[in-house]
Amino acid sequence: MSALDYVAEVSAVPIGDILRRYPLAADYLANIRLSGVDETKTLPEILEDVDEDMLEEFGLDREEVIFHFCAFIEAFSRVKRPDEAISSITILGGRNKTGRPEMVELTITPGEVVSIVGPTGSGKSRLLEDIECLAQRDTPTARQILINGSVPDADKRFVAGGKLVAQLSQNMNFVMDLTVQEFLEMHAKSRMIAGSAAVVEKCFAVANSLAGEKFTLDTKVTQLSGGQSRSLMIADTALLGSSPIILIDELENAGIDRREAVKLLVGNEKIVLMSTHDPLLALRADKRIVIRNGGITKVIETTAEEEETLHKIEAIDSVLLDIRNQLRGGGIVAKESIPEFQEI
Amino acid sequence: MAAPHSKTPVAMKLITVAGPPSSGKTSVILKTIAALGLPEGSVGVVKFDSLTSFDHQRYDEQQIPNQTAFAGKICPDHFFVSNVEGAVEWGMKKGLSVLITESAGLCNRCSPYVNAILSVCVIDNLSGVNTPRKIGPMLKYADIVVVTKGDIVSQAEREVFAFNIREVNASATVLFVNGITGQGAFLLARYWQDALDIRTLRDRKLRFTMPAAICSYCTGETLIGEMYQMGMVKRMEFDDV
Repeated sequence: MSALDYVAEVSAVPIGDILRRYPLAADYLANIRLSGVDETKTLPEILEDVDEDMLEEFGLDREEVIFHFCAFIEAFSRVKRPDEAISSITILGGRNKTGRPEMVELTITPGEVVSIVGPTGSGKSRLLEDIECLAQRDTPTARQILINGSVPDADKRFVAGGKLVAQLSQNMNFVMDLTVQEFLEMHAKSRMIAGSAAVVEKCFAVANSLAGEKFTLDTKVTQLSGGQSRSLMIADTALLGSSPIILIDELENAGIDRREAVKLLVGNEKIVLMSTHDPLLALRADKRIVIRNGGITKVIETTAEEEETLHKIEAIDSVLLDIRNQLRGGGIVAKESIPEFQEI
Repeated sequence: MAAPHSKTPVAMKLITVAGPPSSGKTSVILKTIAALGLPEGSVGVVKFDSLTSFDHQRYDEQQIPNQTAFAGKICPDHFFVSNVEGAVEWGMKKGLSVLITESAGLCNRCSPYVNAILSVCVIDNLSGVNTPRKIGPMLKYADIVVVTKGDIVSQAEREVFAFNIREVNASATVLFVNGITGQGAFLLARYWQDALDIRTLRDRKLRFTMPAAICSYCTGETLIGEMYQMGMVKRMEFDDV
């Protein structure tokens, strides 16, 4: 359907019914200061009574308002082509800062977790950025990223730009003055998800199960603690986000169940890349990319022995968690709560 | 000093960048110029500001030819349109292959875009989720909307912000650029490479009318009262009490 096809409908049907059919269209009217109109009238009837000077401020006349309104409805009613499923991404090596080639070809599939390790400034963010812009040997690293084993066409690269990849980093905060419920509803609306109430409910429940301390639907998102914020962001990215690839730049180690968080993302068939030095996360990944001097020096598959050490690391982590909870509860940290370590 | 660039250009690409104050225009321009990878001295900037600006220092540091001009008491948009042709002449004389004009949208009614000339609007994620709905022609008539400061807000807020931009301008390309690290500037540079080559702006048309104001206050009146008001005056209507 083109915008013109909506003109007849908009001209004959009262605006109240139009807004019930296309709820987003209310935003278009609000944007040109036409909210709260008489619902029994049609848009052309309403426009009769609107001051032409006011419309002119928006560079519109009455006919143009009708046409733009229809174009708006058309743009947001378009049946979205289902995004082509991503079955893999492949990183083909480029070169490091001194020009030495990276001997690497790494394919990652949905449900896989890859961690990225290396000193500060070694080029971890650069790698995440190459993936984000689907580099085609045209970034400083000369890496190439393949989607489903082949070169993504230019159209996909630019039009899909940014939608393929969701990012989550330690520096991110909520800045909207909204409650958790309003926030989730707003995000669901922007994704145009049908039955958003159920998704919002689920997202909230999952976020709360990840967070160390519980929060309510009417908590302001700006008042959430670091762990709670991160929990909500992760649940939201997993359940409400459309991006098949998730790039994580460190996760706090306080106030959030990191293991469950990663499980949640992977369980929703996302490809997860994590820049982290947290042993619990890095060793739980299937593979880890080692970066030095701007280049990938090796890709390590997590060994069985490393997986065994995870149990011990988890034990150490839970001791720390326990001490943290004692402090949080206003208690005195008991000497007995800390196990004896072998003297070296 | 950079070696002087060829003084006989065939044509030059012009890109107009606009956006609210402190939205990150200069940082985005600097990072995108770096991503363009053109010879030093071949990309220049003309900055239109209102009272004062320190951005020329940042361009100087990067050896980017630049000119700054101040609108002073003139509406910045009117100042822009009466000087942008001169800016193009300067760029051509200077032998630039790309000229970027940078202007601050100060009144939410700014619309410094020219037909067929690549227009870029820079807004930041921190400015409030409804900002895209409020800044009018500067956003509505842009070809590319660059969103900055995305690294410090949640993914969901970035998505909602982008959605609100599409509600106002469904045909624009929305790009996220980090003005500090330059992340995203690469894609923006790819769009700049396809900008139209021109020799002059003469006889080209603005995309939208400029904010209008020809009243006694434009010419220096400072007294308050109806008797001092002449010319184009718009009055507020208040509810009856």
